[in-house]
Amino acid sequence: MNIIGLKTLYLKEMSRTFRVPGQTLLSPVLTTALYFIVFGSAVGTQLGSIDGVSYAQYIVPGLIMMALLTNALSAASSGIYFPKFIGTKYELLSAPLSYLEITLGFALASASRAMIISVIIYLVSLFFTPIPIEHPLLALLFASLTAFAFSLFGLVIGIWADSFEKLSIFPVLIITPLSFLGGIFYSIDILPPLWQKLSLINPIVYMISGLRWSFFGITDINPLISFGMICIFTVACSLVLSWMFRTGYRIKS
Amino acid sequence: MSKDIIVIEELDKVYDNDFKALSKINLSIRRGEIFALLGANGAGKTTLIGVVCGLVNATSGTVTVGGYDHVKNYRSARSLIGLVPQELYLDPFLNVMETLAIARGFYGKKPDKKLLEQVLRDLSLWEKKDDKVQQLSGGMKRRVLIGKALMNEPEVLFLDEPTAGVDVDLRRGMWELVSKLKERGTTIILTTHYIEEAQDMADRIGVIIDGQISLVEEKETLMKQFGGKNLKIHLAEKLQKLPRWCDEGNLTLSEDGMTLTYTYKASESTGITALLTQLKEEGINMVDLSTEETSLEEIFVNLTHNDS
Ligand SMILES: Nc1ncnc2c1ncn2[C@@H]1O[C@H](COP(=O)(O)OP(=O)(O)O)[C@@H](O)[C@H]1O
Ligand SMILES: [Mg+2]
Repeated sequence: MNIIGLKTLYLKEMSRTFRVPGQTLLSPVLTTALYFIVFGSAVGTQLGSIDGVSYAQYIVPGLIMMALLTNALSAASSGIYFPKFIGTKYELLSAPLSYLEITLGFALASASRAMIISVIIYLVSLFFTPIPIEHPLLALLFASLTAFAFSLFGLVIGIWADSFEKLSIFPVLIITPLSFLGGIFYSIDILPPLWQKLSLINPIVYMISGLRWSFFGITDINPLISFGMICIFTVACSLVLSWMFRTGYRIKS
Repeated sequence: MSKDIIVIEELDKVYDNDFKALSKINLSIRRGEIFALLGANGAGKTTLIGVVCGLVNATSGTVTVGGYDHVKNYRSARSLIGLVPQELYLDPFLNVMETLAIARGFYGKKPDKKLLEQVLRDLSLWEKKDDKVQQLSGGMKRRVLIGKALMNEPEVLFLDEPTAGVDVDLRRGMWELVSKLKERGTTIILTTHYIEEAQDMADRIGVIIDGQISLVEEKETLMKQFGGKNLKIHLAEKLQKLPRWCDEGNLTLSEDGMTLTYTYKASESTGITALLTQLKEEGINMVDLSTEETSLEEIFVNLTHNDS
């Protein structure tokens, strides 16, 4: 294992994140704060509580998850797209780095970035409402596994994309709608049966639900099933990635 | 230790668009030599380097570097290699020092401050070490790329068109560096379509035409075999036309009638003495003699013409 190489790639990617802290850290914090003010405080006070949890508290895991997903995905996809675009991929491909090391370098960095942002969002939320966490370690596990899974997904997209449009189309067209429909603002129990069934093919439902369970102990889906779904998603992305690397799909010619 | 550091056998590359960029390449690079791969644009030089270094998947054939298969034993093989790509591929946001340090990290080697300083100084980049790469001139970017490759302390250095778009001064500096590396025992493979470069620097020259190696030869031998010499005979009086006894092919008269040029091959019995004797007998007086070698350029033009 080329540990030094892996560490170098990880740190290089992390420093990319903090090169523009305003853009990478401030904007998700600001967005979340706005959601919070509008939905948590303004609208939320009219809504009462869900399963004994105030509405402002209820939306916190969903908001964290949405920021986590988008950031893991966009950090990883742009992270691997950039070297393809400017040609510096040559230094990764010609170095004694395995595909696993390249994958881990990018994915761990994007996951770390997503986790840092999540923690910041949690801390920002504390300004608005107290948010006790019932199972802190499991919350950490859910969040970090999801961050890693979506980083892998981001790598798949970054390798597949051969233009900036394709690179940005996924977060806009898929992640944002699926997060909104994934139960950030409501429990899928309140949906009509057909929509409930449809919701279950949305992987983000499980991620939000899992994190909400570890926060408040309430859930619409068995947390073990949520956990299983995240694992399946991780494995699926890994398989696609390993196929891409093995065949050199849009990486090698 | 085998005398060949790189062995390429029966290598084919067909790109996805069915373009055959390399066919049946067989080539061995000797340890410690400077090998110039000479070929026109599009001949397949970059593709060949790409296959050896892991950027391009070979369609068939094998490559070993230092005895290690470049696919099965890619870690060991790549640890020996430094690659300087043809294009100025650099991360614009990093500074020069970071760029070099990161390059070493990717090779899996511990940071080495002394080496870093050495490389920066060798490449006259020390003053620029804190500058962002995007602020550098093209020539300096080229040197940063070389620096990155040297941070691996490579046994084999690939220079893909290292002097394309580089000014004369820098080109000279580059060649000094190459000689220094050769003295340290580094094998150097450079591609170029500037013939003078191959002529000045290389120990051996390979010519690639349309994806095929059409010739590999010691430079000296090549110059002898293909290269001719010209003997210029400057005459005392103007000559109206060539004497009748002259063999048309070898002897030409300049337009002003003042210079005879005799072309001969260095390896053969030259016939110079006979020619001079003959001229004397004819009463043709000369004031001066000079010889010049034909360049690789002419050799190269001959080769490509024969091929097509
Ligand atoms: N990715 C690719 N897909 C298809 N054809 C390619 C690709 N890369 C290079 N080629 C073609 O292969 C040939 C050799 O290219 P290259 O190795 O770059 O030549 P050189 O370095 O000698 O100028 C050229 O005709 C080029 O157009
Ligand atoms: Mg080229």
